[in-house]
Amino acid sequence: MTALLYILLTIVVAVAIWQIASILNLKSVIATEKDNNTQGILFAAFGIFFYGLMIFSFVKYSSILLPDSASLEGERYDTLYMVTMLLILVVQAITQFLLFYFAFKYRGVKGRKALFYADSHKLELIWTVIPAVVLAGLVLYGLSVWIDVMDASDAEDPLIVEVYAKQFQWEARYAGEDNELGLANVRNIKGINTMGVDMTDKNALDDVPTRELHLPKGRKVIFKFRSQDVLHSAYMPHFRAQMNCVPGMVTQFAFTPSMTTEEMRLNEKTITKVEGINKIRAEKGEDPYEFDYLLLCNKICGASHYNMQMKIIVEEESEFNSWLNSQKTMAQVVQ
Amino acid sequence: MSDHHHKETFVTKYIFSTDHKMISKQYLVTGIFMGVIGVFMSMLFRLQIAWPEKSFTIIEAFLGHHQDGGVMSPDIYLALVTIHGTIMVFFVLTAGLSGTFSNLLIPLQIGARDMASGFLNMVSYWLFFLSSIIMVISLFVEAGPASAGWTIYPPLSALPQAIPGSGLGMTLWLVSMAIFIASSLLGALNYIVTVLNLRTVGMKMTRLPLTIWAFFITAIIGVVSFPVLLSAALLLIFDRSFGTSFYLSDIFIQGEVLHYQGGSPVLFEHLFWFLGHPEVYIVLLPALGITSEIISTNSRKPIFGYRAMIGSIIAIAFLSTIVWGHHMFVSGMNPFLGSVFTFTTLLIAIPSAVKAFNYITTLWKGNLQMNPAMLFSIGLVSTFISGGLTGLVLGDSALDINVHDTYFVVAHFHLVMGVSAIYGMFAGVYHWFPKMYGRMMNKTLGYWHFWITAVAAYGVFFPMHFIGLAGLPRRYYSNTAFPLFDDVADVNIVITMFAILGGAAQIIFLANFFISIYKGKKATQNPWKSNTLEWTTPIEHIHGNWPGEIPAVHRWPYDYSKPGHEEDFVCQTTPLMDGEDPS
Repeated sequence: MTALLYILLTIVVAVAIWQIASILNLKSVIATEKDNNTQGILFAAFGIFFYGLMIFSFVKYSSILLPDSASLEGERYDTLYMVTMLLILVVQAITQFLLFYFAFKYRGVKGRKALFYADSHKLELIWTVIPAVVLAGLVLYGLSVWIDVMDASDAEDPLIVEVYAKQFQWEARYAGEDNELGLANVRNIKGINTMGVDMTDKNALDDVPTRELHLPKGRKVIFKFRSQDVLHSAYMPHFRAQMNCVPGMVTQFAFTPSMTTEEMRLNEKTITKVEGINKIRAEKGEDPYEFDYLLLCNKICGASHYNMQMKIIVEEESEFNSWLNSQKTMAQVVQ
Repeated sequence: MSDHHHKETFVTKYIFSTDHKMISKQYLVTGIFMGVIGVFMSMLFRLQIAWPEKSFTIIEAFLGHHQDGGVMSPDIYLALVTIHGTIMVFFVLTAGLSGTFSNLLIPLQIGARDMASGFLNMVSYWLFFLSSIIMVISLFVEAGPASAGWTIYPPLSALPQAIPGSGLGMTLWLVSMAIFIASSLLGALNYIVTVLNLRTVGMKMTRLPLTIWAFFITAIIGVVSFPVLLSAALLLIFDRSFGTSFYLSDIFIQGEVLHYQGGSPVLFEHLFWFLGHPEVYIVLLPALGITSEIISTNSRKPIFGYRAMIGSIIAIAFLSTIVWGHHMFVSGMNPFLGSVFTFTTLLIAIPSAVKAFNYITTLWKGNLQMNPAMLFSIGLVSTFISGGLTGLVLGDSALDINVHDTYFVVAHFHLVMGVSAIYGMFAGVYHWFPKMYGRMMNKTLGYWHFWITAVAAYGVFFPMHFIGLAGLPRRYYSNTAFPLFDDVADVNIVITMFAILGGAAQIIFLANFFISIYKGKKATQNPWKSNTLEWTTPIEHIHGNWPGEIPAVHRWPYDYSKPGHEEDFVCQTTPLMDGEDPS
């Protein structure tokens, strides 16, 4: 690959020198009929390159995309995404075709006079109203999904989990038996109490601090996000979930996991993606990779921003419960 | 104003000039200088993204103590992306683009002898120059320049404990930007006053070229939104230096609790994006204005839907001030606000679509003169559509959740405002070079410049959407910490190769530009057979623009190929014939 790069660079430099030498030919400043012809044809060729690049990218890169959504809310997200993308591709294909085709078709010819065509209220009405109608539909559809995703108030028996961000790692705290998180503030951070939990608050005693995120399949999880230093963003791409962690305030996001880690590993798209990754890893002589859900930081937060991650494990509710019960509560940890 | 008797010295003519044409050239050359720095930085960090562990001599040569054996440090990587963004958005595409062409064209195209205040115009340029110098100096600070991203969100930008670049580097960034904003406001006020008051006889607002409409509305957006960024920066300076808590609260860093209490970083995000989003249009509208003029001239056809184009510019400008929240869908602000901002954001797609359709219709049945400026203008329409359409994903709060801050966003805004605006700038330079320097640029080099750039730009940004959709966050120093992203490494190599190709292609432009200033073919008075007033001025620059009376205007600027006229262009100064429809 690097060799190719150097070859490309050499070609560019060579062309540059050759062409710069030709600047001595001072006559060539305004497009002639011959230029119009050549450049018009080049626009047609560029159109072909453009569509080729688009098709190539869609074919070649479809395997690197995220697999199916691992949350119920994410499924609605994916449908909305498909609809929007389809619309974009149709408009893109038509308008770019017209642009490059016209650039080719109407390339200048000596003696031909262009059509004096300054206005058409009918046409303009058409291309104001059609986008307006389509966008109205898109806005309504989008907002219904947005409200659905962001409003967790009607969830029955949700699991409450705090996700806590700091340079450059994540921690988590489960609300425990009472399903209510105890108060917390950075001013309480001391020794092993790394999240600043207020131990005088009785809701805090049964909270469960962890370094790994386990989630039960099929139960709504309400995440409460905090940060102790700078902005971070809790990004869980497989669940189509993201929310910033803001020092001084608590932010929230909720979703219902719909596939356990085991199920996702057996998902067809995941298998293809993992196979692709392992082929690359094998070439480099690295250990094979096994799929896991991830929480990663998606807001610039400092030098190790690129390596701020936490593993997420989705499991059946019974397994989840036994895992949670095996963890120490805040009261046990601190005392 | 037109005191021809006044003897000019070298200093008043070339340095502290109050002549808008000279100031325009000063903006352009400074903008190009900053652009070279900004683009070169992107080459360096693209090397790091494609080959994260590889040693490069060029990195060793340029990054001093910020690298180890030719591999850059994470801190300097973040500094490079930060300064690249700052320089390209503000110094190149705001000052370099708007400053150059508003200054050059407003007086010339409306028929004025100079700007309303030549002195303020000069002050505006020198403040811009000063802010550029400070920004460049900040690159040499021991701990590195500002590195919190070009959006400088606190607390990262407020606390040197969080990242070394937030020390002296950040202070210089803020000082530089404060001066930059002052410069930009002085310029904008001057543009507005000039357009409103100094139009020649007959130059009604509805006879202004679309370039002027674009510059005029851009200046208004700047006056409305830049002061808000200034206040945001001032409050940040207060938090950093005087212990206030506008943006900071409950912070524990490096083992100690800081005293800040009660502020919120979300406030900063609101203030920043209240400028930040209009800024996109401050960058883009002048480029669109330039494109309107060039596409019409080179199609030998009137711009299609002149009044609709003006309406779209005004609509875009108005909407641009009420959409900033779409940068903050996942910031923690109330989801209801997200709904409102989704609505207003997607509304912008309507005037944008109208503009795109109008450009395409202008080409239809034209007689296209493929000058380099025309190629870049057509290129602009293409990237404007490609980049604009993905805005439908990002502007939709629901869809933004999963692509927010990924490479999908990087691809989107680079196409729609980065590449489009820079194409507009190149188009403008090729088109008005004869007006600026009295000589012509070489067209063959222009063709090579365009085609290599066009292939490279799509080669970089089209595949980039896919690594964003794969979930790759932006501003990652390296992706090696995640086996999940091992399969995007190859794509990143492809992108970097195209980026280097595109960067190298700009050398062709630089050579063409600087050699043509001295050796280019002498220009004729109206080389592109254009209708607008600037081509009625003499080739040699004179103070006051027109030697005698300022010509009066009798028609709109787009009478190209009008039936009943022998030539395929009719200058604005030509009186209407008996019974001629004024269009």
